Parts: sequence; C-alpha cells; structure tokens
Amino acid sequence: MAKSVLLWAATAGMLAGVATADEVRVYNWSDYIDEDLLAQFEEETGYDLIYDVFDSNELLETRMLAGRSGYDVVVPTGTFLQRQIEAGAFQQLDMSLLSNAENLWDVIEARTAQYDPGNAYSINYMWGTTGIGVNVPRVREILGDDAPIDSLELVFNPDNMAQLAECGVYFLDAPAEMIPAALTYLGEDPDSHDPDVIEMAAPVFAGVRDYVQNFHSSEYINALANGDICVAFGWSGDILQARDRAAEADNGVEIAYHAPVEGALMWFDQMAIPVDAPNPEGAHAFLNFIMEAENMAAASNYVYYANGNLASQPLLNEDVIGDTAIYPDEATLENLYTTTPYPARVQRVVTRLWTRVKSGT
Amino acid sequence: MNFARRTLIGIPYIWLLLLFLVPFGIIFKISLSDYAVSIPPYTPTLDLAQGWAGLRDFLSQLDFENYIWLSEDDLYWKAYLSSVKIACISTLLTLLVGFPVAYGMAKSAPEWRPMLMMLIILPFWTSFLIRVYAWIGILSNEGFLNQFLLWTGVISDPLQIMNTSTAVYIGIVYTYLPFMILPIYATLERLDGSLLEAAIDLGCSRTKAFWLVTVPLSRAGVIAGCFLVFIPALGEIVIPSLLGGSGTLMIGKVLWEEFFSNRDWPVASAVAIILLLLLVVPIMLFQRNQEKAQEAEG
Repeated sequence: MAKSVLLWAATAGMLAGVATADEVRVYNWSDYIDEDLLAQFEEETGYDLIYDVFDSNELLETRMLAGRSGYDVVVPTGTFLQRQIEAGAFQQLDMSLLSNAENLWDVIEARTAQYDPGNAYSINYMWGTTGIGVNVPRVREILGDDAPIDSLELVFNPDNMAQLAECGVYFLDAPAEMIPAALTYLGEDPDSHDPDVIEMAAPVFAGVRDYVQNFHSSEYINALANGDICVAFGWSGDILQARDRAAEADNGVEIAYHAPVEGALMWFDQMAIPVDAPNPEGAHAFLNFIMEAENMAAASNYVYYANGNLASQPLLNEDVIGDTAIYPDEATLENLYTTTPYPARVQRVVTRLWTRVKSGT
Repeated sequence: MNFARRTLIGIPYIWLLLLFLVPFGIIFKISLSDYAVSIPPYTPTLDLAQGWAGLRDFLSQLDFENYIWLSEDDLYWKAYLSSVKIACISTLLTLLVGFPVAYGMAKSAPEWRPMLMMLIILPFWTSFLIRVYAWIGILSNEGFLNQFLLWTGVISDPLQIMNTSTAVYIGIVYTYLPFMILPIYATLERLDGSLLEAAIDLGCSRTKAFWLVTVPLSRAGVIAGCFLVFIPALGEIVIPSLLGGSGTLMIGKVLWEEFFSNRDWPVASAVAIILLLLLVVPIMLFQRNQEKAQEAEG
C-alpha cells in the first residue's frame, strides 16, 4: 500500500527511466573501476549495464532514502550502509546466486559485520584509508625538507596551511570523515558521538578553512595530478591514482600518499541491492561477476584500493599488494580506526557544523 | 456564464494549481515535518488507510520548528543576503554589458539585424552545463586566460580566478546576457527615430538626447531584462558550485547542501519556501510593471 499520494508524486520524478529486465543499473563511486570490466560484464552475461557515478555518501543516501532510485547495485560506505539498512533501504542477498562468495576474505568480513551483521545485505567491494596526498617537491619547497607530510599537522596547523594556501589545498567534502580526523588531531576519540566533543572540531577547521581552496570529493584527483594543488585530504586510492596520472603525464608532479601517523580512518565500501531494485537477479549477477578473483584483481590493480577478496590477492600487481599504503602491514594497521554511524540527533549537529565550516560563517 | 467561457478562464487556474500550488503544498507540508532515518527521510507521512484519525494524527505532528531553527541560525540569513548581493551585482554588470550590445544591434543596418540576433541566440545550441564547464577550462590556473596573460607578460604568477566569487560573476553575466539583451533590443528597435531628431532639432546634443529620450523610452526593456537576470541568478546553483569556491555563499547552494548532503528534507523545504517568498516580491513588481506598460500601450 502506497504510504502517501504526496510521496508518490515527489519520488516519481526521480526515476531516471523505465528499467527493463535485461538492464542492470549500477551506481558506484567515481574513478572506482577498470572500465574494461564493464564491457566484459555485458559480454559474459548479456545484460545491458548502465553505470552511473557519485562522489558522496550523503548524495547516495539522499537517493536511497527518497526510494525508487531505479538502481540495482549501489556502493555505500559501511557507516552509511548500516543506517540505510536500518531505514529498510536494502534487500537481503540471495547467497544461492553468489557462487563466488567463497572468494571473500574472512578478515575483512569480520570487520564489515560491524556494519552489516552477518554480511547479510552486502559484500565488500574495496576498502581503504583517508589521509594526506601531497605534491612532495612543491610542499618541501614551501615548508622545507622536514615538512610533516605524514602528519595531521600539515593540514590542521594554521601556520603550515597559511604557507600552503598559495599552491592549493583541497579537503574532502565528507563530514563523517573530516570531523573524526580533526578530533584525532586534538587527541579526542574520533568516533565520539558526544555533541560537545564534536563541536571541538569546529575551531580546528575555523583556523584553516580560509586556506582551503575547495571542499570537494572527486576533483582533487585531477587537480593533484595536474599540479593545480599541492595538498589534498582524500582517499588513499584516489591519491594513488593521481600519483599514476602525474607519472604518466611526466609533468614534474610527484605525488605521495600517507595515512596520518596520529591515526587514519579505515573504511569499507559495500555493494548492496536496494529493496526496490528493478532487476535483483541482474544485481546478483553483477555482484557475482565482481567477486570473480580475476575481475576483482583487475579492479584493484586499476584503482589502487585494497579489496575484500582473498582469492584475488595472488593476481594483484606488486605495487598494489606490496604497498603498505594499500595493504597495510601490522604496524600501520594499529594506527587505523573505524567509526560508527551518528544517531539522527547527532547527525544534525554534524551536518550543521560542516555547513558552517564550508561556508565560513 | 456559459461552459466555453468557464473553461477558457479555468485553464490558466488549473495550470497555476498543477504547476505551482500543488508542488508548493507538498514542499510546505514537508517543511513542517521532522527529520528521520527512514524512507522517505521525514516524519510524519500521511497514511490515508487510517481515514480521519490518521489525518488528524498527521496534522497534530506538524509544526513550525524548522522555521524557528532557520531564524535562529544566521547562516541562512547570511546566505540569503549574499545571494541577493551577488544577484544584484551581476544584474548590474549584465546591464552594463547588455545595454551597449542591444543599442549597437538596434542601430545597425536592418539587413544585419537577423544575423546579429542569430549570434546572440547561437550559444543556446550548446548545453548550459557544457558552456559553464568551458569556463573552468578558461579560468583555471592552467587555463587559457592565465596562459595568455602569462605569455603576454602582463602577469608573472597565474591569477586565482577559479573558485572565487569573480568566477561566479563571470559565469552569471555570461549565461544570462541574452536575457538582458533581447528585451532591451526589442524596445530600442521599436524606438521612434523621429523623437531623437526632434530632440536634436530643439538643441539637444547627441549625448543629452540619448539620456533624455533613448534611456527613458527603453525603460520597459531594461526592467524586464533586469528581472529576467535577477530572478534566476538569486537561486542559482550550478554556476556557484562549478565555478565558485568554498567562500561563495549562495542560498541555492545551501539548499542543495541541506537536501543532498545533510539529507534534512524538512529544513531544505523550509529554506525553499522562504526563498520563494523572497522571490514573490520582485515577481509581483515585475507583473505590475508589465501591466502598466500594457496600459500605456493600450
């Protein structure tokens, strides 16, 4: 029974078009797959794949909670997934259609179960950390050879930021990741849900926001690679992609990624099927295709993110599996923290704080 | 009144009802509800299955809390004011650029005019979004403009235009220029040339005749052009998000943030309702001006 006529009127407009049974619509993060895989999926399964991209969990959640997004597979991060499961946005996976699920890595499954108990609604696609990307020669030129390129001091200390502003700094437009980072800098619990503690992040951002050229969650890959900016607080694989693009362009830009020594957020991007997916069968086919060891390895080799697929590991390039920035060793792993979703009331404090940070009021 | 007449009068009202009042009602209703983690992300939702009791229950849960929230948070006032400022300045800039262009077009030889008109309309053949993206290529630090200026030696360091308010002004003026030129051109083209001759015969200099005759007679076009630029510029979202930086505060962007980033539909709806009320004032002024112009002509 439709809950409300008004709701129907409001959401009908959001349907991108009428989906058909031989179409699979996937909504994934931007710059997050080897596009050859998309053609390969169509060839192997006969489905038409419609592949759209986004660059913010918040945007994805808006579409999920509006309902009838028209997508068959979406990729929220763990904390967001947990909340959307509670809101009833996803359907349970049919394991009988996912023969490749045996390839999954139990170490990661144990961690993602924190968000999705029993991993009943999602499979891990990729995971990574949130940290600092720098154009090493430019930053050393400005701050000297002992520039703290692996420390939150670089991006949250106003003295450093004032000097870096001229060559350009980007921050992620992702409050659920930036606020924990600021709390880590202050030595507070990054996963705090206490509004008073969360408010302590505000002065940290107030001190540096004038030196931040833009808050954006996807443009920094190109901006870093082209040398338009020299520091980005962003996602590990994105920054490593920027490193590669710069190396290919041979433009004198040399990028490095570091998970901050004070502690870095470890996150998990999970593939899930919306409860109202037009083609759940096709969605399962896509998930199964992704869990194929060769395909997952190809994706990771392309985007420089670690995956939750144990069988794919022998097929990974050495600069992926051997890089502790991607597959952290024991020592690095100790420095990583995870977060849990904010309750609705706290969420409002968080978003309010973030709007103020970005607008500088 | 017979049926045909009623239908004729009814159609505009049905139009108004369907395309304005119904959406307005939906948004207004959401603005009175509360944020919730659910589908849809607000509560309460109307459950018609429960009949009157459900409706009463639903109505009792609505309140003006979100409006109180807005009035207490100065972010929104700053955003409204900053949008009005940006819209006013860009309207003025568009007028300064648009008037001479329209004047030149109206003064050109009649056989040239269709061609000039074509040139004004031609950019619309390209998607608005692509044209704004093109400005990123022009204005960025590595863009054409900076490379050209560096090459000529006018500057030694690239100018930071991208991600600033300057870029937003450039984007708005560029995008809405035709909306300024066309109505002004329409009035100037119809201007009776003999009035200018009469002014000059009576001892006016050309400049004085321009200010005393041409400008007042083109007033209707100028006002129409200004409204056509001001109203969309006030709620502009695409240009400030693509060209502006984090420092460009505009209400359209705040609205987008509330809806997509904060997922707070009730507050987003309240912001939209207030924006609409703000726009109603200039739209009504515009309407009155149009009516006056029609009366004058009639």
